[in-house]
Amino acid sequence: MVNLAVSLAGVTLKNPIIPASGTFGYGREYAELYDLNILGSFSWKGTTGQARLGNPQPRIAEMTGGMLNAVGLQNPGIDKVLSDEVPHIAEIFQGPVIANVGGFSVEEYAENCRKLEDVKQVRILEVNISCPNVHAGGKNFGCDPKAAAEVTKAVKAATNKPVFMKLTPNVTDITEIARACEDAGADGLCLINTLLGMRIDLKSRRPVIANRTGGVSGPAVFPVALRMVWDVYEAVNIPIIGCGGVSTAEDAVEMMLAGAAAVEVGAANLKDPYACKTIIETLPDVCQRLGVTNLSQLTGGAHHG
Amino acid sequence: MKKSFFTLEHTRQLTEDIWELIFSGDTSAVTAPGQFVNVELPEKFLRRPISICDWTADSLTLLVKEAGEGTRQLVRFPSGTRFDVLSGLGNGFDLEQAGEHAILAGGGIGIAPLYGLARRMAERGHAPVVALGFRTKTDTFYLEEFSALGCRLLIATEDGSLGTKGFVTDCIRSLPECDYVLTCGPLPMLQAVHSLPQLKGGQFSFEARMGCGFGACMGCSVPTKGGYKRVCKDGPILDKEEIIW
Repeated sequence: MVNLAVSLAGVTLKNPIIPASGTFGYGREYAELYDLNILGSFSWKGTTGQARLGNPQPRIAEMTGGMLNAVGLQNPGIDKVLSDEVPHIAEIFQGPVIANVGGFSVEEYAENCRKLEDVKQVRILEVNISCPNVHAGGKNFGCDPKAAAEVTKAVKAATNKPVFMKLTPNVTDITEIARACEDAGADGLCLINTLLGMRIDLKSRRPVIANRTGGVSGPAVFPVALRMVWDVYEAVNIPIIGCGGVSTAEDAVEMMLAGAAAVEVGAANLKDPYACKTIIETLPDVCQRLGVTNLSQLTGGAHHG
Repeated sequence: MKKSFFTLEHTRQLTEDIWELIFSGDTSAVTAPGQFVNVELPEKFLRRPISICDWTADSLTLLVKEAGEGTRQLVRFPSGTRFDVLSGLGNGFDLEQAGEHAILAGGGIGIAPLYGLARRMAERGHAPVVALGFRTKTDTFYLEEFSALGCRLLIATEDGSLGTKGFVTDCIRSLPECDYVLTCGPLPMLQAVHSLPQLKGGQFSFEARMGCGFGACMGCSVPTKGGYKRVCKDGPILDKEEIIW
């Protein structure tokens, strides 16, 4: 028997596999396909204070080994999520939920997190700091260690739930941002968000995505994410959720060896709606093959020596 | 929605860039004409959403236009190739809404889902009037198939090489009693059809670049009068009244 359970800042997950925010909505579409209770957790769609319509079409482009998206944080807003989605989630999933929270000001982040304080099923807040700061000329919170720390402090003051800051890879040194979040009181980190990229249509000579740029995800980003998890693991002492291009149980194990305590699966869900189910089902065999009996002990296992 | 394997049984080239592909497989998830499938291709990350032309319990017909790398690849696979397919996606046409004076209007590859729709209407005892628009005579396809269903066919070509010179809208205008349309085609055609004053209602099938194809990623959301809708899950068929251009 392999023990697949892992712990994230005191929250126990029965396995480390978590569908990543933005690829799983609020669970509805996948609940039609399989029992979500097999999941360790799931990270819901990035939710902001107000409803957001998102970016113009087209929002999606393809590339070798992955895809680009510029959905633009389309979501119904925190109040609607509390009234319509939270009760429905309780019907389709009884495990711990990770609430992904966005914001365009420090105050908005704190307020959104405060509103989730009484939602018992939300056990972890995942704060997406890849949003533009409207009070700082649109500069991305996650690209500035001071702004990242400010958001962390404000959110920590607003909640008693564990706070995981979700980091953008679009920075010179992700360990600097990671340390700033840890110093500001973050309970954990989630990395990486998508990498900024673009495609141009050869016939029209225009960017494929209406927003011009989009976030790159899929298997092609896996080595980049892995390297960043590795670097951040060496730089901080708080747990890391590894995210980026994970498509198989082997990828999940590799991500844990690099330093992840749990693993998010994103774009793979869009290609194969059963991706997380398949990963969870194959994980025990992969562990057995590798002589692993307690999966949580793998975290950071490649760093010794 | 169902994820299963389909085997390519037969490929037939219909025009310079349009092909008919017949697959065998379990179509139990397909519930209405106008739905689509999402086909996985080797070496491609995203699946290719393709409208269902027709189906039986164990066979699926797709008409595919070579539009890019993926579709160019798809139409050239040998018979016997197996594909991982998500089937029964989207809402499909609602036959109940179409009244006595409904017309089916298609342009180019948008004709594909209208065939399955026409066949089901014919089976219910009323083969519909079908208006089809093409650029030119050599672009036409599936005319015999529609005729075999007993449909009255109105053809428009932009250069007048077959049927009416002009557009599908000219065909609809020639039948002033038509007050309802079930349509699929390029966006400018849909918009022109939508603006016809004689139409009291209609169902319009839309295309979009999709991420997942089953409603999870919000990649294909478009504004409608009833808020944002996902072309893949809330569509691809939108009601005339809710469309914003």
